[in-house]
Amino acid sequence: MSDMEEIGGPEVPERPHRVIGTPPPTPPLLGSGHEAGDGGEAARHGAEVEPAEERLPSESDFPSHANNAEKIVAWSFLLAFIAGCGFIAAYVGLEVHSLDATLRSNLALGFSLSVTLLALGVGALIWVRQLMPDAELTEIRHDPRSATKDRQAFAEYFAEGTGASQFVKRPIVRRTLMLATLPLAAIPIVVLRDMGPLPGTSLRHTVWSPGRRLLVYGTNQPITPAEFSAPGGMITIVPDGYQDNQDELAKAAVILIKFRPDELQIPTSYNGSTLVGTMNWTVDNIVAYSKICTHVGCPVALYEQTTHHILCPCHQSTFDATTGATVIFGPAARPLPQLPLTTDAQGYLVARSDFTQPVGPSFWERG
Amino acid sequence: MSQTSDDLDVPRSLSGLGGWLDDRFGGARGIRLLLKKVFPDHWSFMLGEIALYSFIILLLTGTFLSLFFVPSTTEVVYHGSYTKLDGIRMSEAYQSTLNISFDVRAGLLMREIHHWAADLFMASIIVHMLRNFFTAAYRKPREVTWLIGVVIFMLGLLEGLFGYSLPDDQLSGAGLRILEGVILGIPIVGTYAAFFLFGGQFPGSSIVPRMYIIHVLLIPGILLALITAHVVFVFYQKHTAMPAKNQTDRIETGQPFYPYFLAKTSAWFFFVFAATALLATFAQINPIWQYGPYTPVAISSASQPDFYMGFLEGSLRMMPAWEWNFLGHTVSFSVLIPFAVPAGIIFGGLLFWPFFEQWATGDRSYHHVNDRPRNAPIRTATGIAAVVFYGVLWAEGANDVIADYLSIPLYTVTWIARVLVFVGPAVAFYVTRRICLGLQRQDKELLEHGLETGIIRQLPNGEFVEIHRPVTEEERAILEAKRVPALMPGAGAGAEDENGVPAPQTSGALGRARAIANRAFAETVVVETNGHGNGHGPADEHAAVGAGHGELPSGGGDGEEPPAS
Repeated sequence: MSDMEEIGGPEVPERPHRVIGTPPPTPPLLGSGHEAGDGGEAARHGAEVEPAEERLPSESDFPSHANNAEKIVAWSFLLAFIAGCGFIAAYVGLEVHSLDATLRSNLALGFSLSVTLLALGVGALIWVRQLMPDAELTEIRHDPRSATKDRQAFAEYFAEGTGASQFVKRPIVRRTLMLATLPLAAIPIVVLRDMGPLPGTSLRHTVWSPGRRLLVYGTNQPITPAEFSAPGGMITIVPDGYQDNQDELAKAAVILIKFRPDELQIPTSYNGSTLVGTMNWTVDNIVAYSKICTHVGCPVALYEQTTHHILCPCHQSTFDATTGATVIFGPAARPLPQLPLTTDAQGYLVARSDFTQPVGPSFWERG
Repeated sequence: MSQTSDDLDVPRSLSGLGGWLDDRFGGARGIRLLLKKVFPDHWSFMLGEIALYSFIILLLTGTFLSLFFVPSTTEVVYHGSYTKLDGIRMSEAYQSTLNISFDVRAGLLMREIHHWAADLFMASIIVHMLRNFFTAAYRKPREVTWLIGVVIFMLGLLEGLFGYSLPDDQLSGAGLRILEGVILGIPIVGTYAAFFLFGGQFPGSSIVPRMYIIHVLLIPGILLALITAHVVFVFYQKHTAMPAKNQTDRIETGQPFYPYFLAKTSAWFFFVFAATALLATFAQINPIWQYGPYTPVAISSASQPDFYMGFLEGSLRMMPAWEWNFLGHTVSFSVLIPFAVPAGIIFGGLLFWPFFEQWATGDRSYHHVNDRPRNAPIRTATGIAAVVFYGVLWAEGANDVIADYLSIPLYTVTWIARVLVFVGPAVAFYVTRRICLGLQRQDKELLEHGLETGIIRQLPNGEFVEIHRPVTEEERAILEAKRVPALMPGAGAGAEDENGVPAPQTSGALGRARAIANRAFAETVVVETNGHGNGHGPADEHAAVGAGHGELPSGGGDGEEPPAS
């Protein structure tokens, strides 16, 4: 870029206009700054390759404007310098470590960085638009296709090479080579095996087991039916002993819904593939459903009291809580599995058993 | 520096380091040609540059972030600068992202520039791709450049998904959960694939470090190689040119790389960088501290992924429940179809289109001058139909937000999208094709009668006429740049020869399909002009159709112009 500054600099005497099509005003003295891009090479090779009229002009198109433009460019670069220094100053001077301080620092750093970059861009743009003389070159396009004789020569040599290699003539070599590469190609896939354990039946079970208490998510306290007596509410439940185990919670999270008497129609649920009545799975009009959506596993976190609809915020699968969480809209294909409930000796809500079917998204082996 | 050149006059630019290098590598001749390489000037050529510079910004800011980010899901209790999350259990990944935001100076700025640059990268690729599609810049010899571009687009999606999932915040964790659910839905191998990817059950402790290495090394490495190849091919095969006076397939006109393009493109780099920096300063993006650490138990409503994933999210939301159970196995079409079909249509369509067009038109020639979109109604209509298809899916990805803002019931929004995703592209195709033909008709008017000047003149017999001014040379060159594919032998009305035997290209089911496609591509408004001088053949025989509506009935052998050569 340092060479560039010599082009169209202020020290160049004013001349009327650019000089496309005319010989350069001075002999192409080496290092005169005129041929910064071409150098002496143009003198030796260029003349044969490129026509003489392709030389670039060295004068600005409007020398009177050029001096103004030069000032604007210089001011832009100066501004970029100052703003860049401002960035460093803001970095050194402004502390972070709190929300407010970080926002202040972000504003100062971002603004100074933006100004630096903008000023550099503006300077470079005015430089090329106002200082550099307009020049347009035309190149001939050559089709990429090789000359026919080169193609033929290639084909001939390739045939020669193939012949010399005996690859075609000796099929036993060819076939055993292909055979030899087969396991090699499979190895990169085979060695991925230990990336994880086999699924086994782990997707079919959760940590819910007979007598395991239901803990309220957040407080991690057990709950009695009496404590959850206001109809219309929905709370999230985690299994006792696993309240911080993300892997288990991803399957075992449960929502608990309390109904008014008579609101709850006989919920039905699948035990394996047979439909069973599940009214005896509820306690005091309290029902527990899996919180993991049967579509792709988002937590079904929205509950509308008046309609008793459970809505998944990810893809809007909607389940009717009164009828066993059957799907009434959206991409989920199956009801939310129901967790059988009962109470233990202390009166706390506990699981009667694990879910009777796999929770969460469908998978091939689910059946 | 030892100077061993035998030249008497050593040019100054080669007296120092340049000469030292040239003594060893030679290069002066080739690099001179590179320096003098012509770069044509057109605003649309800067779209790809935005993508390139966004990628560079991503590399720069990403390197900075990797110095501080900890790709680990080891659980810690937070006691950092963001006091609202004090005492909360979270992964080290999330904690380190909080630290980058609040304890590393310029960390928040770098994070936000990185995120904005990723969005800009994808957005500029989409717009760049649309420009290249609608002007048919992908035609021979540039098909490979196009294919590489499509692969860059697809890898960019994956790279973005993994990138915004790394901080392990509530929003990105929900995205990963969806990814897991989708993988589980793949028949036969899905469960195994999910367990291997996540190292066991979701969420596990393996996914963040695995995504990290894929995000910072594997995909960027491939992207860097592909982008390099993409740019090298553009260099080597030269830019396409927009139709203009004196522009032919044989020449390229523009300003040389050094110093003009170098200065201009540097300015453009600074502007792109400044744009991301300004956005990062004044438009907050991905404030992960507001989302909280990920837990599979909780979620926030109105969760949207970054915009480039929106079309997949929308297709998931749009799909009705559909699942098969047979022989003890479950096939979840409500997951499979939304992921496989739209992505297959969009990416497959992008990959195969250049070859489909070549097959349909039978055009094997080089093309360096771009088409005007109106001059290829079928291509343009297909492109707009695809944009509408993508757009409906994308908008449906925010159906809850749309329902909220416009006070439309949520299910109504989804039902509208379900209908629009089929009807919209069809209507768009029809309307676009009509608009293209209408614009061609307008072009024909301009060429044949010139431009309406608005000057009304009364003739001696009392008649009023409007004065038309002939189009200028420049306008005429653009109007006459239309090149319409030739009808294949047998594709026209006389699909059979006099003995009723179809031409070999059009026999069989595939051949008949090809004949239909060929006729569609050859559809045009014929201009009665002597400008070409080469409109011999069928076009001239149908001079009579020129009266005001030159559009030809499909199946007619007319409308043909010689192919571009």
